[in-house]
Amino acid sequence: MAESAPPSRYAPGTHPDLPPPVRTTGPIAWAHQNLFSSPLNIFLTLAGLWLLYSIIPPLVEWAFIKSVWSAASRAECWDRMEVAEEAACWAFINRRFEFFVYGFYPEAERWRVNLCFVMMILAIFPVLYDRMPGRRHWFWYVAAFPFLAGWLLVGGFGLAPVGTDDFGGFMLTLVIGVTGISFSLPIGIALALGRTSDLPVLRMLCVLFIEFIRGVPLIALLFVASTMLNYFLPPGTTFDLLMRVLIMVTLFSSAYIAEVVRGGLQGIPKGQVEAADSLGLSYWKAQRLIILPQALKISIPGIVNTFIGLYKDTTLVLIIGLLDPLGIGRSSLADSAWAGLAREMYLFIAVFFFLCCFGMSRYSLYLERKLDTGYGR
Amino acid sequence: MAAVPIESRSALSRLWNNQETRSLILQTVTLVVVLTLVGLVLRNVAINLEAIGKEFSFDFLNQPASYDITFSPFIEYSSRDTHLRAYAVGFQNTLLVAVCGIVAATVLGVTMGILRLSRNWLINRMVYVFLEFTRNVPVLLHILLVHGIIVTTLPPPRGAIDVGGTAFVSNRGFYVPAPVFEDGAGIVGLVLVAAIVAALLFRRWAKRVQVETGRIYPVFWICAAIIAGATALAFLLTGTPLAWEVPELKGFNFQGGMALKPEFLALWLALSYYTSCFIAEIVRAGILAVSHGQTEASFALGLRPNRTLQLVILPQALRIIVPPLVSQYLNLTKNSSLAIAIGYMDVVATIGGISLMQTGKEMETMIIVLGTYLVLSLIISAFMNWYNRSIRYKER
Repeated sequence: MAESAPPSRYAPGTHPDLPPPVRTTGPIAWAHQNLFSSPLNIFLTLAGLWLLYSIIPPLVEWAFIKSVWSAASRAECWDRMEVAEEAACWAFINRRFEFFVYGFYPEAERWRVNLCFVMMILAIFPVLYDRMPGRRHWFWYVAAFPFLAGWLLVGGFGLAPVGTDDFGGFMLTLVIGVTGISFSLPIGIALALGRTSDLPVLRMLCVLFIEFIRGVPLIALLFVASTMLNYFLPPGTTFDLLMRVLIMVTLFSSAYIAEVVRGGLQGIPKGQVEAADSLGLSYWKAQRLIILPQALKISIPGIVNTFIGLYKDTTLVLIIGLLDPLGIGRSSLADSAWAGLAREMYLFIAVFFFLCCFGMSRYSLYLERKLDTGYGR
Repeated sequence: MAAVPIESRSALSRLWNNQETRSLILQTVTLVVVLTLVGLVLRNVAINLEAIGKEFSFDFLNQPASYDITFSPFIEYSSRDTHLRAYAVGFQNTLLVAVCGIVAATVLGVTMGILRLSRNWLINRMVYVFLEFTRNVPVLLHILLVHGIIVTTLPPPRGAIDVGGTAFVSNRGFYVPAPVFEDGAGIVGLVLVAAIVAALLFRRWAKRVQVETGRIYPVFWICAAIIAGATALAFLLTGTPLAWEVPELKGFNFQGGMALKPEFLALWLALSYYTSCFIAEIVRAGILAVSHGQTEASFALGLRPNRTLQLVILPQALRIIVPPLVSQYLNLTKNSSLAIAIGYMDVVATIGGISLMQTGKEMETMIIVLGTYLVLSLIISAFMNWYNRSIRYKER
């Protein structure tokens, strides 16, 4: 073709196939469009590449390639490296792993924590996964789970009692997080219904409660729980610190849930309420069958965000002296054998929280997509 | 179902089935229950306080606090001052970190939000990874981490990193030159305020002219010229009444200049970048929510891209952005109470921490702390509600 000069005109159907244009498809075109489309973009791309280059390789080297995974102390860790302190000493986490998970929970009773964990997964699964066979039969188990778990963890009634001061680490995070999440949703929904109800007194009370809780930081409420709550109770009653924290965390996030659900309730067209009324449904039936299913559906992202916030806020109990993972980490650093390994500790805990919270946010996205009935057909 | 005739029902049942009386009954019962609970709690408080011989009074506020506060940029404070003054210092520190944090978080958040919308795939992904990792980790961990990095990895004052001979970075904090105002600085300040007012008046006038005649002035540049020009002129005419005090290394630490303590820095940086991740998502969602048809319509009308952004996209996006933005500002303010974990002396750490320990006045100090945050939250949300109303759709 190239030798003979191409004719200037082709008869219809005789034009040879041309190769696809390089500039509109394929990786080069993609890079051109997405990375180098303008001077600013070229600059941003190069800056980004430089940033990645200066972060990723040293980080991988520090965390994986040169790091030490088992040693008896920090000094031994440094000995095993070519240059002391050049990489991570994961031996610290390795050695202290049980402490990070169980806190001071007695070693002989740790099977109870493990059992609880398995039971928790069995309880969460039917809640999250709606295509599980026989999901309805699991309901009673799920409802009974918090009480069973409380009994297993604290003991009594045939089990050796374990003080809640001994709770700690990721187990404490899960205890506070799961309790807060499972109790704050119903309380929050009730508060939201109260705030949108026609009864002025009820509405006022709900507004007062919600605005008070939302106006103050959780840490101040935890201080109230740890210092003031005893004054509110009849003389002589003592009240477990963890219990007080659980109550405060639950109330705190229920106020936020209430606002999210109220937003959802307000997003439901008034015609839905009127339709329910005209069908003769009572208030509760209308809420249960018509209003709430729709309102909760549109408030899922907000509810899950509140849960994620609650889960992250469980770390605040460190400040009033409970040993959450951060507390465990800090007290481990006080041990002279491991002092100075703060980076490893913070990274480890950060990854734990990231996995939990990122998982929750992904699940909420999945749920949103699944429940999206798509009005815009 | 056989309906029971109304006459045959009991009087009580009829009352219960009447909507008005039912709501009256329900509300009375609720009110009685709540008031009883409150009364019981108050009674318990009175009994408990009497049992340990404590008195409910705020007199302790006038007693000497006798503890030191290392960071107090604007209020003079020594350990001989009263608890009230310690509280004032704490309040100042809370406000300071909240305001600085809000400014930094907004700037950073808007930048990241716009980068997330960028067509540049690499930058987009990098910002996304940073956002997801940062906001799914507790803010307390961020604060402790940043504080740890500043305190343990930066050099001590003797080996401080020198930035141009005027600012120093060390593990005792960042030292920057402090402005020293001389005579006449007040006049410059007044001129600055007057220039800003003049610029705002000009903007209103220019807008009216545009509405009436269609003439468009370069409002931004003229405003900038008014403000910068007038201030610079006043500054020169009063004889440059501003000097800088440069920090110097004396003994083990720096003297003079302005010191940004590690506690303040850690809290400020951590709160800003943590909150900015949420702001970035809000900004991105807000801009995406403005339908593309708006841009196309605006182009069709012949508006240039920057006028489109300014007159069509942003006003609509702001309506969506502002309400969640406010709650992020409130969150940042409330999260500043985590200061206590690293020893930054804010409201919770002063009056609710050391003062509480020293005087044993749990009730009084906690009431002050809770009241402070409530008032702050109410002020911020009132201001933002007003702003929100002013930019709302004007519906007929």
